[in-house]
Amino acid sequence: MSTAHYFWLKKKETIYLDVTKAWSKGVAIFFATGAVSGTVLSFELGLLWPRFMEHAGPIFGMPFSLEGTAFFIEAIALGFYLYGWNRFNPWFHWLTGVMVGITGLLSGILVVAANSWMNSPSGFDFVNGQYLNIDPMKAMFNAAWFSQALHMCVAAFVSTGFAVAGVHALMILKGKNVAFHNKAFRIAAIFATVAACLQPLSGDISAKDVAVRQPAKLAAMEAHFHTEKGASLVIGGIPDTATQTVNYALKVPKLLSFMATNDFNAEIKGLDRFPKKDHPPVMVTHFAFQIMVGLGMAMLALSLLYFIALIKKKSWSDSKWLLKLFVLATPLGYLALEAGWTVTEVGRQPWIIYGVMRTADAVTPMPGIAYSFYLFTAVYISLAIIVSFLLFRQITMVGKLYDSSTDHKTQ
Amino acid sequence: MVYVVIIFLWTAILLYVLLGGADFGAGIIELFTSPANRHRTRKNMYEAIGPVWEANHMWLIIVIVILFVGFPRIYTTVSIYLHIPLVCMLLGIIARGTAFVFRNYDAVKDDMQKIYTRIFILSSVLTPFFLGIIAASVVSSRIDLEANDFVSAYIYSWLNLFSVAVGVFTVTICAYLAAVFIIGQADDEYDRKRFTRKATHLIFVVMGAGALVFVAAAINHIPLLTWIFSDLPGIIAIVLATISLVIMFFFLNKNKPVMMRILAGFQVTMILFAATYSHFPDIVLLKGGQNLSLLADQGEQKTMEALGYALLIGSVFILPALAYLIYSFQKKTDTISDH
Repeated sequence: MSTAHYFWLKKKETIYLDVTKAWSKGVAIFFATGAVSGTVLSFELGLLWPRFMEHAGPIFGMPFSLEGTAFFIEAIALGFYLYGWNRFNPWFHWLTGVMVGITGLLSGILVVAANSWMNSPSGFDFVNGQYLNIDPMKAMFNAAWFSQALHMCVAAFVSTGFAVAGVHALMILKGKNVAFHNKAFRIAAIFATVAACLQPLSGDISAKDVAVRQPAKLAAMEAHFHTEKGASLVIGGIPDTATQTVNYALKVPKLLSFMATNDFNAEIKGLDRFPKKDHPPVMVTHFAFQIMVGLGMAMLALSLLYFIALIKKKSWSDSKWLLKLFVLATPLGYLALEAGWTVTEVGRQPWIIYGVMRTADAVTPMPGIAYSFYLFTAVYISLAIIVSFLLFRQITMVGKLYDSSTDHKTQ
Repeated sequence: MVYVVIIFLWTAILLYVLLGGADFGAGIIELFTSPANRHRTRKNMYEAIGPVWEANHMWLIIVIVILFVGFPRIYTTVSIYLHIPLVCMLLGIIARGTAFVFRNYDAVKDDMQKIYTRIFILSSVLTPFFLGIIAASVVSSRIDLEANDFVSAYIYSWLNLFSVAVGVFTVTICAYLAAVFIIGQADDEYDRKRFTRKATHLIFVVMGAGALVFVAAAINHIPLLTWIFSDLPGIIAIVLATISLVIMFFFLNKNKPVMMRILAGFQVTMILFAATYSHFPDIVLLKGGQNLSLLADQGEQKTMEALGYALLIGSVFILPALAYLIYSFQKKTDTISDH
């Protein structure tokens, strides 16, 4: 949005202004939904996991307090931005839009830092069930925060970029407001494809990190049942926990050892090294991981094609097949993102604080909590449906509301 | 440092009640406006509230974050035993926030608008109602840590006459705040008179609801009168609030919107002060005379320090920006009309 806004201020082509305004509506809808679900989240932590929060709150609260600050600034900046057209110096107004992006990214990093503490608890001593010598700063900058935050931030660009680019690609194919959608597609596609190329690198950092800190999670991701040297990378397949084997999988010898440690012959701990009660659900973790990586690779391939189109083969950029591929890729980023979260969360089970507290011990003592769960699931599903409905209406109304090159005037 | 944190906690609660309250009140007022005038009322309200409303949730989030970081026992006790009213309030917040945005950002203006509006109005009433219930339950000594059946642990902890009365009282306060706030936004004499009349009526409604709270407290054996009138600061707060109410009538006739806003804010501040001062540092009163205290149940020294600094640093960034946001849109609505 800010990039389009920047082009408008620099080039003074109204079409960029139209794109900016259209996107700002999307940002507003997402932010509002995000703000209320964020409010709900801060309550839910206690409503669902009071025993966890009782101990974890004081330790990993630091990123949460800072995240609150960043979120607050984001809300203020958005207030300026959405209602500030023609009221302020244009560059000040633009800057408030940039602030929305920066503070949004910052809150993302901080929230992930809180989550990474659950994977990599630090900043306290756990003695006889007591949490002593709390150090909130150490807890915030725990061993996992960087790799997780980086992976998530890049993922945010990938998923948003592909979703937005896909929608605009579809509209170009349909021949509606082509000039408008072309500009929008170009900006979104650049963000998406650059991020998609960076993501495997960040994924590699994450994998090496998980191998050291949470070998059980890595083993579950790879359905790696038996400890071995020169472990092979398992692609696809159906893990069978009863027989401890993976069926129908493609195995690449020694690759897992190399990816996790940079050494083809290194020993990789299998699930057999961990007591059965500490095993994460292998099936879910393995599938989610395969989905994430598979989709990531697909998006990487599409990104490379797009770069070739931009640099070498100009004829490709106007061709329909490339746009069609982008349309197909619309949901991939978000699917990969959710699969990734499934990997990190399910892969941590049965722990809520890795190695310290079990998830089962953290849940609220109130009976009938399942109903609360059904209720909120229903609420979130209906929110998702309404948001999609609104965005759909925004998109179909582009011609009327935003594209000033058509006969209708913009607002 | 714990006192810095407590001051932030109290201020965040106050600001949520004032700003968020006026925000809820906007929806409540819409409910009590004749259909003919609804459109005008809405337009006046959202010109003023629109830019600021995103920020209102944040006060609540700050309250919650301070509680779970600094006072985890208090946070967990409340969220276990008041699970049901908290969930009801959250549903209200979700419905309201999203309905408001959808109403403004739906690209097609059709019958969906009516649905959004209905949801918005309904949740504007329910959310402060449950907020009041929660506030009352926290001090009504009904939370029973020893309870071993569902109803007495999770229902009677919050369902009684007193908490319902406080819920109603909170709703009326919100409506009152919004009514006073909107007078300054009126475009013309007709609207101004209409809003002034509304605010005057609401003063009496608030007083009636306030009386109801005292009656309910007496029936439920909650020593509300003793709490407020047992020490000097409490008495002074109530006396000042009453005096300012009289001055309020004066300004209502004179049409001084800024003074009216200050006075209404002052009255609510005094009510919150009187309600919290006498128990301090206790914040949750439990059944059987035990209490959760802001001083005794605070987190470890290092946590409190980190939290205090985080809040101080945060406010350096937030407060000037927020003040400028409110200031800009107050001023500009008077001079520029770009619609």
